[in-house]
Amino acid sequence: MISFEELKRSFLVSLWFVFLTFPILVIKANPIERTIIWRWENMFFVAIGSFVLSILIRVVNTQKTKRLERRSASDSDTTTSEPLIQVILQNPRYLYPLAGAVTVFALVFPYLFDTYQTNIMTTALMYVVLGLGLNIVVGMAGLLDLGFVAFYAVGAYSYALLNAHFGIGFWMALPIGALFAASFGIILGFPVLRLRGDYLAIVTLGFGEIIRLILENWNEFSQGPSGISNIPRPGMFGIELSLEAAILYIYYIMVALVIVTIFVVNRLQDSRLGRAWIALREDEIACQAMGIDKTKTKLTAFALGATWAGMMGVIFAAKTTFINPASFTFLESAIILSIVVLGGMGSILGVIVGALVLILLPEYLRALSDYRMLAFGAILVVMMIFKPQGIISNVRRTYKYQKQKSGDVQ
Amino acid sequence: MNNTILKVSGLSMHFGGIQALKQLDLEVNRGEIVALIGPNGAGKTTFFNCVTGIYNPTEGDVILHTLQGKTSRLNGLKPNKVTEKGMARTFQNIRLFQSMTVLENVMIGRHCRTHSFILGAILRTPGNRQEEQAIIERSHEILEIVGLADEVDNYARNLSYGAQRRLEIARALATDPSLLLLDEPAAGMNPQETQELVQLILRLRDQGYSILLIEHDMKLVMTLSNRIYVMDYGEKIAQGTPEEIQSNPVVIKAYLGEDLDA
Ligand SMILES: Nc1ncnc2c1ncn2[C@@H]1O[C@H](COP(=O)(O)OP(=O)(O)OP(=O)(O)O)[C@@H](O)[C@H]1O
Ligand SMILES: [Mg+2]
Repeated sequence: MISFEELKRSFLVSLWFVFLTFPILVIKANPIERTIIWRWENMFFVAIGSFVLSILIRVVNTQKTKRLERRSASDSDTTTSEPLIQVILQNPRYLYPLAGAVTVFALVFPYLFDTYQTNIMTTALMYVVLGLGLNIVVGMAGLLDLGFVAFYAVGAYSYALLNAHFGIGFWMALPIGALFAASFGIILGFPVLRLRGDYLAIVTLGFGEIIRLILENWNEFSQGPSGISNIPRPGMFGIELSLEAAILYIYYIMVALVIVTIFVVNRLQDSRLGRAWIALREDEIACQAMGIDKTKTKLTAFALGATWAGMMGVIFAAKTTFINPASFTFLESAIILSIVVLGGMGSILGVIVGALVLILLPEYLRALSDYRMLAFGAILVVMMIFKPQGIISNVRRTYKYQKQKSGDVQ
Repeated sequence: MNNTILKVSGLSMHFGGIQALKQLDLEVNRGEIVALIGPNGAGKTTFFNCVTGIYNPTEGDVILHTLQGKTSRLNGLKPNKVTEKGMARTFQNIRLFQSMTVLENVMIGRHCRTHSFILGAILRTPGNRQEEQAIIERSHEILEIVGLADEVDNYARNLSYGAQRRLEIARALATDPSLLLLDEPAAGMNPQETQELVQLILRLRDQGYSILLIEHDMKLVMTLSNRIYVMDYGEKIAQGTPEEIQSNPVVIKAYLGEDLDA
């Protein structure tokens, strides 16, 4: 089962891990008493842990390759058994009741849990929308954008500044913020039209930082690092809401926006434009040679992706009532990108699950206190090893071919 | 001259110091199958790339007279514009959209003949639905022509090599071209598949498409082509009917090398 060679390799891996973690996990300096504590037991744990994990990964990997070999050996038929989740997704008989149940649960959520939980859920829903937005750019059009947070910032500052200077309310600011962000998407899109892959990633990363630095340093415009406070929460027909009611209100706004986003993104994905994005991702030259305007397709991807970020920016400003540039660092872009990658690039349900996992997990891992980020990181790494295509991979829809109205559902 | 579909004159292409194409002239007439042959590295693919806008030729003119009677100059246009004008191509190294289904690959080809955009996609107006349905139907028809109707929902990456080449042809056909450019369509095919390909190309010719193809399989070239152009080192070294080419000493020399000639 496990060969000696594999045992040796795992042993080497564990040695390497012991070496790497030695300074932080074994040596502990006490600067007050000027002593050093050697925590040898930690070294022991690291060695055992990494050894076992390494063996585990090896076993699973060999089994996976064996399975693949067996499958290609008996590849007479293409009807491989599909995973349960795809069966559910493709059959409206299961999908609709499930979606309905989830919606009902989302609607009663605030009554089942306390305000604190509702607030966290609102944040998670915001990341669902952000993830779906970035999914258009990265997942569908294949443009690796590391500066997505810039559009989020544009939305947030649009609301904050428009409100401070012109008294524009939340509901007006929502579309305006989206529009501003979309324009910024196009502004960013133009110079990077020729870039792909790593180069695009670096330039977009720079763009994100530029926006943040401008906000940080242009005091007259954005009040610099001290930020903008007293941003009003969303109003309901001019009625001032209590804090509790406002949290509830924003929660429901987010539920509605998530539904709208899913609806729109799903339709975009199955449209002529969505297919063009995917073609662009798959092969840029062939895509152009088939008559697709690369410039237009890329710019719409950037603009539509940014639109959602802009909207979420407005919500964010309204939710926290205070924004400053520190909320829009690269870390934020990285989290949103992780949501897309972890969830499954190009898969709407995948991104939703990814967002919920990535945002809610650290909250509920609080029980592990100090180790929560460690556990979180470990979960991500394990996830990427065992399911590199994401939690739920994207499956292309099939089209019915009859002279009647074709099915519009997946 | 209203019989000409494609007229290329004085086409040259430099890559830095390399002159990949030298003053090339070429014509394709309506309803013709024309072959472009030559040893490896002769510049055939470069010629296709220059004509279809993937490269911008250093010199020369490319004029297309479409079946619809429009005349357009193609040099300097972007590849998508060239395709829109009525010329589509396949690639020597297969460039399918691997993670899309066979049908979707062909549907991509309909892109430049359809119009729905962001709002149409979101609102799904009746007009938009009709357009979408028409795309699906037309794509199915084309897949039937190339013999891939059974594979519509399969992923492009799962097709056999020969089927992938036929799918490339189907995708090109979906753009409603007047002229079809095929870059080594038989490469990697077994004799059976090659035979089917010959039938397909002849059928397409009978349906009114004009075809310019690059091919190394001499038997295929000689049976299919009405006329043949031969290139070597970026230059045209001969042109004529299959019989003329087969007995042309310059061509034999280019293919077999100097020593055999002596
Ligand atoms: N982008 C490029 N940059 C530099 N040189 C190039 C480029 N593309 C092609 N070439 C050169 O142009 C010459 C012609 O290449 P091309 O691919 O057109 O040959 P070909 O006739 O299609 O050969 P084959 O039969 O092997 O496909 C080669 O010497 C090649 O190295
Ligand atoms: Mg070639």
